[in-house]
Amino acid sequence: MLEGRAITEPLIRAENLTKHFPVTRGLLVGRTTGHVKAVDGVSFTIGRQETLGLVGESGCGKTTTSRLLLRLEEPTAGRVLLDGQDVHALRGLELSRYHTRVQAVFQDPWSSLNPRLRIRDTVAEALVVNRRVTRAGKLERVEEVLHQVGLPLSAAARYPHEFSGGQRQRIALASALAASPELIVLDEPVSALDVSIRAQIMNLLKDLQARQQLSFLLVAHNLATVRYIAHRTAVMYLGRIVEQADTESLYRTPLHPYTKALFAAALPADPDAPRDDMILSGEVPSPIDPPSGCHFHPRCPFAMEQCSRVAPELKAVAPGHVVSCHLY
Amino acid sequence: MAVAAPVVLDVRGLRAYLYTRWGVVRAVDGVSFALGEGETLGLVGESGCGKTMTGLALVRLLPEPAGRIVEGQVLLEGEDLVTKSESEMRRVRGRRISMILQDPQTSLNPVFTIGDQIVEALRLHHSDGERTLATRAEEALRRVKVAAPEQRMRAYPHQMSGGMKQRVVGAIAVAGEPKVLIADEPTTALDVTIQLQYLALLKELQARTRLAMLFITHDFGIVARMCDRVAVMYAGRIVETGPTRTLFRSPRHPYTEALMASVPSIEGQPPPLHDLPAGCRFAPRCAYVDDRCRREYPPIMPVGPAHEAACWRVEPSPSR
Repeated sequence: MLEGRAITEPLIRAENLTKHFPVTRGLLVGRTTGHVKAVDGVSFTIGRQETLGLVGESGCGKTTTSRLLLRLEEPTAGRVLLDGQDVHALRGLELSRYHTRVQAVFQDPWSSLNPRLRIRDTVAEALVVNRRVTRAGKLERVEEVLHQVGLPLSAAARYPHEFSGGQRQRIALASALAASPELIVLDEPVSALDVSIRAQIMNLLKDLQARQQLSFLLVAHNLATVRYIAHRTAVMYLGRIVEQADTESLYRTPLHPYTKALFAAALPADPDAPRDDMILSGEVPSPIDPPSGCHFHPRCPFAMEQCSRVAPELKAVAPGHVVSCHLY
Repeated sequence: MAVAAPVVLDVRGLRAYLYTRWGVVRAVDGVSFALGEGETLGLVGESGCGKTMTGLALVRLLPEPAGRIVEGQVLLEGEDLVTKSESEMRRVRGRRISMILQDPQTSLNPVFTIGDQIVEALRLHHSDGERTLATRAEEALRRVKVAAPEQRMRAYPHQMSGGMKQRVVGAIAVAGEPKVLIADEPTTALDVTIQLQYLALLKELQARTRLAMLFITHDFGIVARMCDRVAVMYAGRIVETGPTRTLFRSPRHPYTEALMASVPSIEGQPPPLHDLPAGCRFAPRCAYVDDRCRREYPPIMPVGPAHEAACWRVEPSPSR
């Protein structure tokens, strides 16, 4: 139901993925007093050589979703399937194999690289940890991936502090590529970079995807970045996906009131752009005690009586376009 | 410079350097602009171009002891702030010129309640009794649209969201009814739907008080929405100034042009501010560079109504 196009069996399938973090009170003997419902029943697929964009404001659960995919968190319910295999059930050799197939690039290139390691050692780490490689083979692979991300071979012997933000992000990408992954989780890959170098990194990502048949899960709050890279986009609010569609149709005809407000708040860099402001009242409620029914109803300008009672299901409104709202 | 409203802030040839162990960092290197009553000027540029240092120099809060204003004037309603003593400045800050910083987390004191902190700001400007000050503080919170202000008065910063905290910072900044407000990326730490609420709030405050705003940002969406005029900064200098629409529609400096592209992409990095090239600072990254650019820094020249650019390629407009 969720697939936009008739693609072959997706690489990744998340089914009803749920993560609740317990909230405890008391210093020594913690009592659980509630749960932060960070991710609350999220389903999506990512095809081969496809990019799924995951957008939403802070606290909407997009990072937790990506961490579940990376196996950095155990789901409370639901599962993630890679080629039909339950990712969280993998053990031993299969798990180590999973970690080479799925890699990550994080937001901050200043904290994601070890300042005491030379670039070649950072880049080779995934190789060393997950496979046995010879010294010569290791260096060869390092040079290969440095070349792929557009860095000079001389970079291998240098340290992270000698590089600018854009170059560091290239290094982070090189180390993700070293193990020849099939999926890379990109968590805010360009938001720490200056606008003038964002495009370089985004173009590099698109290039690499085309040349190496990579799939991406792109977690970002910048809507322009997502539009530029993602084939499909899912919008999250308080732990749930409220709308998902082909990127272009979502950006052209957003349907969910939250998606509309989110897009209206991303100010276009054009002084003559029409100002169809939709200034939401209030703030995002706490995920410990989310509103009943549709999570968005207290801030929604179109809220109806049933919105506070019944949580809307995701409904297909056009091929590949699903929305969870009682208006449709 | 063609500013319609009466000028409240006139910055002339401001230079603020940081004396570090790596050398002299010329963060603000000859910056001039004027700001009219009720006007919003956007100061834009990449990180490290000197825009925040410009803001800090205006309120004389450069990092000590490295930072120093070495030249220029900051005329606030005709009075030069550069020559004022620290105790004189203390009477100017908050009352006549205020600043909102990027991160509300660091602007508020974590161990005092919101009420205490607003009352403290108010006490600098009013000699009323505690009871009256508390009422005024509540009023200030109401003005920045904080819900349930009576209860929020007793709350600590950690009990509030980022957007709420930034509203409190705003309330403190305008408590003394200043003429000029410097807002340094005030919404960068906020979510987009909250950002839009905050920008609308600033506009409203400005409409009511005729506040002159210097809006420091790197987001051209915010510039398009908020600013009457824009000054583009590169490596310590303003390279182009003009009305917002003019700058978006017909930028004249190659750097502005590149930033305005739908997908901006400029090769290379800005030069380090302690080791600047001899000629135009953008020359090493410029697509149109020639010999002269590498030798001489171009003067800022009028190119149209209220529009100036510092580039050897632009023809000075004859009419002006």
